Amino acid sequence: MTALERKFTLHVPSSTENLAMIREFVSNIGTQAGLDARDVGKLELAVDEACANVIEHAYGNDTSKDVVIRATFDADELHIDVEDTGRGFDPTAVKSEELDKLVAARKSGGLGMRLIKTLMDEVRYEIEPGRKNELHMMKRIRKA
Amino acid sequence: MPNPFALTKSMEGDVAVISLDGYLDAHTAPQFEAAIQDEMDGGHTRIVVDCAPLTYISSAGLGVFMSFVEELREQDGDIKICALQPKVQSTFEVLGFAEIFDICDTRQEAVARFDEPHAATVGEG
Repeated sequence: MTALERKFTLHVPSSTENLAMIREFVSNIGTQAGLDARDVGKLELAVDEACANVIEHAYGNDTSKDVVIRATFDADELHIDVEDTGRGFDPTAVKSEELDKLVAARKSGGLGMRLIKTLMDEVRYEIEPGRKNELHMMKRIRKA
Repeated sequence: MPNPFALTKSMEGDVAVISLDGYLDAHTAPQFEAAIQDEMDGGHTRIVVDCAPLTYISSAGLGVFMSFVEELREQDGDIKICALQPKVQSTFEVLGFAEIFDICDTRQEAVARFDEPHAATVGEG
């Protein structure tokens, strides 16, 4: 990150109803950062998945809690941090089972994290028990 | 902030067609899940999901397909998917859904696929 970086933050109540607002927020930032339409779509989906995990798993659909999305970008990279104060659920630790095994078991779990890891260039998770949990995601900005 | 999603149901012969319109995410996926469950409760095991007006899908929506397909196939039915827009199709492809599900270009093709005598169920065998 350089001195020319720009920062944006969105705080929203923890409800799936707000996923549309979150997607709108990150799409606008992705476009402003210079991502092409295809990468904006990937960013939008990855952040949707990260926030849905927080809303449903970390907060257990408790709408009194907040999800915080922080975005920072410069000419080369766009960083998104999704922050919560809920249960220390580490989505990166979810085992990626084969799709046909999930289907056979009638399970749909783990798809969101699989998508995030595929769509973003870097993904890592930090837990500070009782304080906050952060999922860090980075997308490189490809030069036209 | 609107989260537009609409779902319409119809029958073509003995095939139940569910058409999805708008954004299918963790907020709207329960509506889709309920619609498939309704069809199954009504004895319909041949289901086509027409995605022509669907502009967005997240894993919550994809998970609905996954959670029903095995049970439908065990009852000699299936979920066939048709008319994916490029953005939605790329999400299906990222997760390898094309190898598990029968995905057709048009609704007519998807409905007709049920009557093919040796219709291969993608992902089996």
